Amino acid sequence: MKHRTFFWFFLPSGLAMLLFIAFPLVSVLTQSVFTPHEAVLMTVENCGPFGCKEETTIDQEATAELRDSNPLGKFVGAQIYLDRGHLAAAEVAEAWRSTDSVSAFFAELSDLPFYSALSFTLVFVFTVTPLTIVAGLMIALAVNSLHRHLKGLVIFFSLLPMIVTPMVGSLILFWMIDSRGVIGTALQYISGDPTLSLKASTPLTWITLIVYGIWHAAPFAFVVFYAGLQTLPQDQLESAQIDGATRWQRVKYVIVPHLMPLVTFVALIQLMDNFRVFEPIIGFSAEAHAQSFSWIIFNDMHGETQLLSSASTTSVLTILGVAILLTPVLIRTWQDFKGKK
Amino acid sequence: MSDTVATRRSLGLRLTVNGFVIFWLILAAFPFLWTFWGSFKIELDFFSISDWTNALTGALTQEAHGSSFTGAGYEGAWIQEEFWKAGINTTLVCIFVVITSLTLGTLGGYALSRSGYRYTFWLLITALIFRALPPITLVAGYLLPFFEWNLWGHLATTVIVLVALNQPFTLWMLHSFFQSIPKELDESAKVDGCTQFQAFRHVIIPVMWPGVITTGLFSFLLAYNDFAITSMLLSKENQTMIPKIVSFMGTTQTEGNVMFAVAAVVSATAPLFVLVMFFQRQIVSGLTAGAVKG
Repeated sequence: MKHRTFFWFFLPSGLAMLLFIAFPLVSVLTQSVFTPHEAVLMTVENCGPFGCKEETTIDQEATAELRDSNPLGKFVGAQIYLDRGHLAAAEVAEAWRSTDSVSAFFAELSDLPFYSALSFTLVFVFTVTPLTIVAGLMIALAVNSLHRHLKGLVIFFSLLPMIVTPMVGSLILFWMIDSRGVIGTALQYISGDPTLSLKASTPLTWITLIVYGIWHAAPFAFVVFYAGLQTLPQDQLESAQIDGATRWQRVKYVIVPHLMPLVTFVALIQLMDNFRVFEPIIGFSAEAHAQSFSWIIFNDMHGETQLLSSASTTSVLTILGVAILLTPVLIRTWQDFKGKK
Repeated sequence: MSDTVATRRSLGLRLTVNGFVIFWLILAAFPFLWTFWGSFKIELDFFSISDWTNALTGALTQEAHGSSFTGAGYEGAWIQEEFWKAGINTTLVCIFVVITSLTLGTLGGYALSRSGYRYTFWLLITALIFRALPPITLVAGYLLPFFEWNLWGHLATTVIVLVALNQPFTLWMLHSFFQSIPKELDESAKVDGCTQFQAFRHVIIPVMWPGVITTGLFSFLLAYNDFAITSMLLSKENQTMIPKIVSFMGTTQTEGNVMFAVAAVVSATAPLFVLVMFFQRQIVSGLTAGAVKG
């Protein structure tokens, strides 16, 4: 295809991505190093019958002028990155000095919003991702052994947790685990503790969110692995069997290696998607016990005063996190591309 | 798997496997059935303190409404709280997002699949990076210009933003789909004197529908399921269903309001049910397309 033709074909799509992904990225980056101007104050001496008083008022004119002449705001460099709401450099240093054990240090850190989000996000990503893969694999193996007429029906129901809007799915489960809901009541009965509430404690909230995450993502892993199972090399399976491999050994040495590329694929997609965990935190009203980066960004922008600089800074830090997670994929794609040439 | 003597399973294993499948089915489907059933009850039944079987039998609903089923939640959500407006907004957003992203995506994806130059690789990699960005990280970049130019709050703005955010995925899907259509088809049309666009129009468009429908389904799901973008970019009167449901949750103090949210949630799930019923095969093939092709 000629360059010219390619250009015109690709233009609409490219323009959309340039205007609404690339430019906003630059804008987010810029906003993260500027803060809005503070109001210009002026001191006026007011003299009345009871003597003179100095009053400080906002100089509207000068403020407007400053804002017009420099619409980006005041350049502050890395200041927002280092403040308490983000990397909290001073607070971390202080915690390091004042605490004498590692666990006390981490306890101090978890009071800072950025680190508390970091810890929840990482725990979520690195528990949900492997457990999703295991659950997906188990479902795929089980469904694959069903009678062929049943398979379609089972796949239909299996897709639901994934297809249904994350917010809707988490609300549905949230109502069920409510202490008056059906699962909540059942848990109270099983544990014998009538005051048990999954919403009340941090560990239980985290477990709830993680279970939701697996419930939501397992169908995806299942479908991908199930498709992989349809291309299993039958002769290898049979020869393993002739050699006396047990069922478990066949799963371990033939099926799992065959599915390995798919496992990598699911793991990468899951890493990306779990890192942006957001909807369940709103759906489960778990803000008090679990925050993620996406939630911090949302929270900054959602209030009456939109803290755009703060949200932008967290956005940039989040993007850096994604970049770190994504580097292995990019390297692999690059190697594949080179290999093809 | 074939049912030869060698692969026949022992009774114990069969029971375990079937038991596990049933367990998973309950896990996957029960929440939806339960909430659907409960949406026709009053709050005191759905969240029953005294006796959990009330949620099944609707004892208190019977007392309040004279029947163990009531449409009060639906009436409250759709009429009183004007959920129908959100429904219309969601419909509009979804239709336009799907049409626009497919139009842009087919043109772009086709070009990417037919050009052998190095920049196609870099464009695809850029798209992959864009796909990995959490959409909410871009919202801070939208707000100022949108306020400045009075674009904030309109459905059209949100549609364009969702289309753009959806482009990377659409391009990847359609790129790999067009690669599976033999190049000889449009090459021969070009030999016969067609321009590239004529070849695309007369030769490729008639055969591209399976791939386009699959991609369209995922564009639809993205637009339909979105909360982060729609809740930040739409004004209150233009809200789509999902942000609207969340705003119900903010006002749950008075009795009955929770049931509005439950009814709204069930209403929002229904179209997805139908979608999976009719397009199960396409959804499955779309999910695996990325995996199989790498």
